[in-house]
Amino acid sequence: MNDNNNLIISKNLSKKYDRHLAVDNLNISIKKGEIFGLLGPNGAGKSTIILMMLGLTEPTSGSINIGGFNSTREPLKVKRITGYLPEKVGFYEDMSAIGNLFYTAELNNIPYREIPKKIDEALEMVSLSKNKNQPVRTFSKGMKQRLGIADVLIKDPRLIIFDEPTEGLDVKVANQILQTILDLNTRKNITFLLSSHQLNLVQRVCSQVGILSKGKLINQGSVESLGRQLFGGGKYRIELELEKVTDEIIEKLNKLDGVVSVTRTDNQLKVVCDKDIRQDISRIISGEGTLLTRMDIKQDALEEIYLKYFKEE
Amino acid sequence: MRSILTIYRKELSDHFSSNKFLILLSLIYIAGLSSTYVALTNIREAAGSLDEHVFLYLFTTGGDVLPSFITFISFFIPIIGIIFGFDAINSERNSGNLSRILSQPIYRDSLINGKFLAGVTTLGIIIASIVFIISGIGLFSIGVPPNTEEILRIFFFIFICIFYGGFWMGLSILFSVIMEKTAASILTAIAIWIFLMFFLPIIANAVANSMAPVTDSSSFSEIARNYNIENAISKISPATLFSESIMVILIPLGGNILFNSVSYLQSYSMLQSGEMKLNPLSLGQSLLQVWPQLVVIVALAIICFAISYIIFMRQEIRST
Repeated sequence: MNDNNNLIISKNLSKKYDRHLAVDNLNISIKKGEIFGLLGPNGAGKSTIILMMLGLTEPTSGSINIGGFNSTREPLKVKRITGYLPEKVGFYEDMSAIGNLFYTAELNNIPYREIPKKIDEALEMVSLSKNKNQPVRTFSKGMKQRLGIADVLIKDPRLIIFDEPTEGLDVKVANQILQTILDLNTRKNITFLLSSHQLNLVQRVCSQVGILSKGKLINQGSVESLGRQLFGGGKYRIELELEKVTDEIIEKLNKLDGVVSVTRTDNQLKVVCDKDIRQDISRIISGEGTLLTRMDIKQDALEEIYLKYFKEE
Repeated sequence: MRSILTIYRKELSDHFSSNKFLILLSLIYIAGLSSTYVALTNIREAAGSLDEHVFLYLFTTGGDVLPSFITFISFFIPIIGIIFGFDAINSERNSGNLSRILSQPIYRDSLINGKFLAGVTTLGIIIASIVFIISGIGLFSIGVPPNTEEILRIFFFIFICIFYGGFWMGLSILFSVIMEKTAASILTAIAIWIFLMFFLPIIANAVANSMAPVTDSSSFSEIARNYNIENAISKISPATLFSESIMVILIPLGGNILFNSVSYLQSYSMLQSGEMKLNPLSLGQSLLQVWPQLVVIVALAIICFAISYIIFMRQEIRST
């Protein structure tokens, strides 16, 4: 893969704490403009990878580069282009939203005359303009999370690392946050790295996911491609339960457009296909004169992929 | 450097707008002004018998009810140092600010340096302001302006106070780096202060009495040995070193023998009988006298801060 297209490249990255190997020989590349989901159970090494990306902890071996800068040797350059929103984002509660953002802008060496404009733009982006003079202590968790996004936008980052972006938020606010992520990705071409447990939400926004287990990247790709690898291809899986399964039914189903495979277990059929063909299936079954007692359709869901990997953990 | 200044400015503004600053400032002003009132009354009563350093008596004279300003300040400086340092790092960590701030393009040490400098500046401003207010009141009430040496002695006194406060601040910042909870860090710092301020002298006395008991029939050398042991143990405490330093700096006439027990013992009878007459020390002589104490206070402040610095630089910054 061409390194110029990648914003994040890690090579043989490992981190060891005493005897515990938190990150094991990680090789990962994340393209510019991508929304990448880093998934894995607690202790899989997600936070350690993020810390190494930001130069907040040193790798035991290997390297990680962001935007061409080595995170260990050039942490300031990396942090200049990277915004990080931790899971438990904190602000100075007695200060106003503007006060907090002004402080961040000063730490980023933004010239004074540009700061007010940047703050206004960032607050506008997260719909907090009306609350800009309120002390942060009066903000709800969702507002704080949005303020966190404004905080990272101040520096015009090329990459935003989001640790559990929707954790503890209600569905409406979580959706707003995800929509903001999509908007920023589209309008400003910001690359996102999301670390989350909320798989359905990650699935909605992430173009690529990496699955971590015990410090190892066990798979990386789009949700579709991971599903195809695990479930034998096809985007949909339709499960049928019939009164009676005949060879003719199986043959006719196999001939349908978009069908990848049909497997039989007693009176049950599993049809893997590229599109939703439930109407065609119903027609064939009724034409054969048998009774359809159940039909379920499943799209490749990240949750299923995740469960498949972490069934035993 | 700019990031240190940004953090320094923010911390300074936080300190000045905090309730703890207002409370401490009020307490010190009340204590300082009360002791000045007592000092002025005593100075007026003994006006004829005082030596040339009248102005310095404002800081060193106490009464039966209220102690002198330097006694008050010896008590308050550790408290100010602890109050402005105990939550420097752990409160940032607990509030989730630490990882957000350190993900900005700043070196990690900018944070701890900026906080330490802001704390020391606040302490310096508190001490300097009350000293200048007392000086102003003194100037107005006594009518005698301080001479150059007295002014220099006052400035040295302020510097010693700042370094002594810097030690306590360094110690409390160290606990704020090591300990997760702010309550634990403040309690530990206060426990150490109480031990050094109140228990160490008792322990020193007990050890000295057990190693070199003094009775009515004890010889001078036995008494001197007892005093020396007590003195040596007491010197473990920065509070003792600080008291000795400011006594020598602010009491040119006899301040040096007040803390040196053996000299005091030797001189006491001679002074009483009039065989010996005290001469005030010059500023240079006073500084020479307290040089070891000053070096140890500065070294302790640096050591405490350096340890917190090293630990903080090695700590892993996680948001949860």
